[in-house]
Amino acid sequence: MNVALFVTCLADHYFADAAADTVRLLRHLGCTVTFPEAQTCCGQPAYNAGRQGEALRMARHTIGVFEDADAVVVPSGSCATMVKKFYPRLTGGAAVLADRTFELAEFIVHGLGATTLGDGLAGRRVAIHQDCHALRELGLENEPATLLEGCGAEVVPWEAQDECCGFGGLFSVKMTAVSAAMADRKLDTLPDVDWVVSGDGGCVLHLDGRSRARDMGARFVHLATALWRGTAAPGGAR
Amino acid sequence: MPTGIRDYPARAREIIRKDPLVRESVTGATIAFDEKRRRSYAEIDAEAWRRWAEGVKNHTLTHLDRYLTEAEARLEANGAEVHWAEDAAEAREIVMELAQRHSVRDVVKGKSMLTEEIDLNPALERARIDVLETDLGEFILQLFDEPPSHILGPAIHKSLQQVRNLFTEVLRTDSDADPDTLAQAAREALSDVFIRADMGITGANFLVAETGTVALIENEGNIRLATSLPRVHVAIVGIEKLLPRMTDLAGFLQLTARAATGQPIGCFVSLIQGPALHPEDDGPEEVHVILVDNGRTDVLAHEHAWEALRCLRCGACLNVCPVYRQTGGHAYGYVYSGPIGSVLDPGLLGLHEAMPLPFASSLCGACFDACPVRIPIPELLLEWRREAQEAGLTPWKERAALAGLAGMATRPGLYRAAGKLGSRLAGTGMARSLPMLGAWAEDRALPKPSRRTFRELWRAGIE
Repeated sequence: MNVALFVTCLADHYFADAAADTVRLLRHLGCTVTFPEAQTCCGQPAYNAGRQGEALRMARHTIGVFEDADAVVVPSGSCATMVKKFYPRLTGGAAVLADRTFELAEFIVHGLGATTLGDGLAGRRVAIHQDCHALRELGLENEPATLLEGCGAEVVPWEAQDECCGFGGLFSVKMTAVSAAMADRKLDTLPDVDWVVSGDGGCVLHLDGRSRARDMGARFVHLATALWRGTAAPGGAR
Repeated sequence: MPTGIRDYPARAREIIRKDPLVRESVTGATIAFDEKRRRSYAEIDAEAWRRWAEGVKNHTLTHLDRYLTEAEARLEANGAEVHWAEDAAEAREIVMELAQRHSVRDVVKGKSMLTEEIDLNPALERARIDVLETDLGEFILQLFDEPPSHILGPAIHKSLQQVRNLFTEVLRTDSDADPDTLAQAAREALSDVFIRADMGITGANFLVAETGTVALIENEGNIRLATSLPRVHVAIVGIEKLLPRMTDLAGFLQLTARAATGQPIGCFVSLIQGPALHPEDDGPEEVHVILVDNGRTDVLAHEHAWEALRCLRCGACLNVCPVYRQTGGHAYGYVYSGPIGSVLDPGLLGLHEAMPLPFASSLCGACFDACPVRIPIPELLLEWRREAQEAGLTPWKERAALAGLAGMATRPGLYRAAGKLGSRLAGTGMARSLPMLGAWAEDRALPKPSRRTFRELWRAGIE
């Protein structure tokens, strides 16, 4: 299958390795991956700030960039939601790109029908931070856990796993104290695990930033990287 | 009425940093409430109930004139007196006039957010009328001299130990008394006043147009007493509380209790049709229903915000909200806090007065899933944000930054160059002097940019 990667701003600059792992993972699963170079920002910062006009300009740009793609895969629940749920609202119902766009875990489970990826995470204990947009807007409740378990990982229950980390884009700098306290609630309840895995770079940036400010030493891993490592054969390593 | 909304960010910071017990108490109690709500929703086809309730409320709100007229006629036929108050001042004047007419000296109150909204207690106290809050949480807060911090559990920000200490001082209970003993002590303190009181003042959960019935849900029995023992009962009712028929009420009583506390129904449901009409009847000699607008018709006329008028005041959105949990309600600076406050307050008070509440959300969406009447709170927050941007109520630097982002994001070459420069700068010592990253760095380590961007990795070839 031909897929176009929509890498997203944060993954391009802060999770470049996870974005590269997305490409490796998709190729491993039999996809041909393209990367339209004219892609930029999905427009969510403007949309969430209430600047719909600017968000619409960015939406139109992105829709144009991916006009010819059969499927667009986004390694971010939040940016995938922007395209799938909020673009139709902005453009007055035009769902052309929305229907062809998939969050990474969604694409692997529902687009490719793959749930057992390998054995590369055998013996590894992971907790999942469910990013709000993938969980509540896209309804992807079980997909990340299914895939991680499909790589042999032990998914450890986390009482706050479906709670917001407090990032929320501009929210994190407008309401800094509340935002940091929200991250603390997550970090204070974190079970003893090797990795905390999330499908959204924004959440990882926030939780990791707070964790490092508190010298906690928790390890945050993007879902794409975790799954790519997970595709390894028994005894193999990536 | 001046509010403290403008200070939300500073007040929230102060509560989080200086009063950690508030965060602990609120988080613990709201999680417990929310778990009960989730279990209770799981027992029924919650989605079907929520859609049904949304439909009934939408119908009622779009025919509000008709149902208000019907309710007034039925109430009067039942022997109750109906009053209309356009704003808080008028509502207070009506209550004061009734209190004077009956030479009232002691008022017992049931928990009512609307009486907080119209600032009723201070007005009564200025007239040297003794007002006693009879809901346990409100009673506690009256002793602390604090406003409620939660729609349903007004004293949710207080720890058990704080209440123990208060009761030891005021009611002479043991310093290690258990919650039941504390509640019993409060009941005993209240019982004399119930007998003595001339007037009971309550809100209403619902007003049924078909029958002129004021419906009140509670768990403590204090509302039952406040509406039946005093000579005069005054129910202060927001005009959005209407339901068309008694059969609608049957469903809403259940759904409200499930959303609020996870109960199938409240322990006490009082259905008040009017005063005692015959000497042998129980109940008050007079029942007055004050229908209050106080900004609600403005909300109803708003293209989007009207949906917030479906609100049942169950508190489910507060309980599930990770933003609310960090501070409780006092940080918000107004009677309606949490997610519903952030969308209702701009409608009731005007957006300018309610800034920056529409921005006090990470838009996580948990509130919508919990809401029994499916108020699209995240979408309404975005609408208020859009209006705030259009009215120039947000910082100009932020507007400029977002306009700049849009300018770059529609020019790929510029976007690539600026993005690289921006993320490199963000990883250096200069970051803290950049406007947004400075705020980020107050509480978090700075993000570490990747050594090479994905674009660079792609061009080099990904193995």
